[in-house]
Amino acid sequence: MKLIISIDNLRFAWPGQAPVLEIPQLQLAAGEHLFIQGPSGSGKSTLLNLLAGVLTGFEGEIRVAEHALGRLSERRRDRLRADRIGVLFQQFNLLPYLNLTDNVSLPCSLSAKRRSAAIQRSGSVEAEAKRLLAQLQLPTELFDRRAVAELSIGQQQRVAAARALIGSPDLIIADEPTSALDGASRDRFMQLLLDELAQSETTLLLVSHDPSLAHYFSRHLDLGSTL
Amino acid sequence: MLIRLALRSLASRRASALLTLFTLALSTALLLGVQQIREQSRLSFFDTVSGTDLIVGARSGPVQLLLYSVFHIGSATSNIRWSSYEALRDDPRIAWTIPLSLGDSHRGYRVVGTHNSLFEHYRYGAKQPLEFAQGGPLDDLFSVVLGAEVARQLGYGLGDALIIAHGAGNTSFKQHDNMPFKVSGILAASGTPLDRALLVSLEGLEAVHLGWRAGIPLPGMQVTPDQARERNLTPREVTAALVGLESRLQTFHLQRELNTRRDDPLTAVLPGVALQELWQVVSVAEKALLAVSGAALLIGLCGMLAVLLSGVQQRRHEIAVLRALGASPLRIAGLLLTESLLLTLSGMVLGLLLLWGGLHLLEQPLLERFGLRLALTGLSSEQWLLGGAVLLLGLLSGLIPSLMAYRMALAKSLIRRN
Repeated sequence: MKLIISIDNLRFAWPGQAPVLEIPQLQLAAGEHLFIQGPSGSGKSTLLNLLAGVLTGFEGEIRVAEHALGRLSERRRDRLRADRIGVLFQQFNLLPYLNLTDNVSLPCSLSAKRRSAAIQRSGSVEAEAKRLLAQLQLPTELFDRRAVAELSIGQQQRVAAARALIGSPDLIIADEPTSALDGASRDRFMQLLLDELAQSETTLLLVSHDPSLAHYFSRHLDLGSTL
Repeated sequence: MLIRLALRSLASRRASALLTLFTLALSTALLLGVQQIREQSRLSFFDTVSGTDLIVGARSGPVQLLLYSVFHIGSATSNIRWSSYEALRDDPRIAWTIPLSLGDSHRGYRVVGTHNSLFEHYRYGAKQPLEFAQGGPLDDLFSVVLGAEVARQLGYGLGDALIIAHGAGNTSFKQHDNMPFKVSGILAASGTPLDRALLVSLEGLEAVHLGWRAGIPLPGMQVTPDQARERNLTPREVTAALVGLESRLQTFHLQRELNTRRDDPLTAVLPGVALQELWQVVSVAEKALLAVSGAALLIGLCGMLAVLLSGVQQRRHEIAVLRALGASPLRIAGLLLTESLLLTLSGMVLGLLLLWGGLHLLEQPLLERFGLRLALTGLSSEQWLLGGAVLLLGLLSGLIPSLMAYRMALAKSLIRRN
């Protein structure tokens, strides 16, 4: 089985400080979903930044989609992120000057790989963007409107999820994507996200301090306890 | 992709982007317009006389001779004797001469005594001859041809009679009111000092001064027009003469010959050289004008910088999103640079359109009212240079926000808590 994430003896410390993150071993296969929990300062964000390839200077080895991050140049890491990783922030995921469809299509203009995957799936990038938006239950009449500010936060997060999903990346990194949502929209968001992931065998790595999300995940990692 | 994003992003900040655009457009139009005026006024200055090989006057400085003979400014301290003028006129090396006799005026406008050879040989601009808007050259002892501005300002038409005053002042009390002149022609506007002149024949000028001594009419010596026609009206002297040579190779030779004459001390100058000398005095003002419009451009660019800089702070999230999508820091900096380049470029294009539109509208009124010829031409090399400088400055000021964005994009963390 293809390993999407493979970590060996990872250790990270800011210069002159105690290590904030130590993971002896972590392997995540395609389609697996990992829930990462931990108190503030336990290195959750550090791990996400390391996996996304923006933070460097770690000890040990991190492989994402079989690329050893430690040996890639910054340009190659940016490329890897564009091609293989979808990122979901807590909020402010969308560009306010683009309409919903263009927001969702954005990764395809930065990665040829994801563009061709999207075209293969739905015939065109726009069609795939609209399919995902519909899949995530956003009202059709909003698709072509520059209406980011009019959307509820729950809707915005669903648009962001559609963007992370477009072009079938290998891995989705989500940082507290539901923290700004109330209980009902949180559950709806998780359900829709997981439904779509199940179809595409995409690996999900989600960080949250909300234990009620834990039951959606097959695998769990508690960073507070590893130190 | 970069351009599309930049356009969308600018479109979302329509109000400030448009204001910046207009500021840039206006300052570009101003800068290039001032440059246009500089070049054209310089041209029309140097074009005041063309095709004239030598200006000959009594012994004086070249600039002074140019000022009174061509620009009708100031007055000559002494004149050329008629015999000297005749010698010039009959010299086989000389193709044509235009005598000029100054000293009288009409309601503030100079009256120039001359000869119909003026209409034939005088050239301005790109060797253009004078043209008549109405009527034709002098056809009588007492006929007068009006410059375009004189006719327009004073409301004269063909056949109108007017009286010339003795002396150059605006409020001369001594009028040659016994001999009125009749308008035989009105010149089309040329942008030369002739727009502001009244042209009469040398003989007509001589006639009105019959019975005058030392600038005052002698009592009991009044002459009627009919009596004047009977008299010998050969002028005693002329103020200056414009000279065209058979062969331009002769210019320097003849100039030296005239300048070293003993019997009647003359000064002969090359119009181009004298114009150049005079221009050095005049050009200080036009340089100041350019400096002011350059300052206006800097203000415009500062405005753009302010808009772009305030944009960068508001766009932290956008930068983080683009980073997360795999856009390199360079690409993000490129996005901001593209925006400022788009602003500067479209500002310049709009500025050019403004300039050309403005010139198109103002070309005729400017020529008629101010005698300023502004041709609707393509950009001169200096204007291209200025345009390039505007673009470069726009790019440089765009570098500042894009550097800020670049540094933001370099952050080691995608994930921010805020």
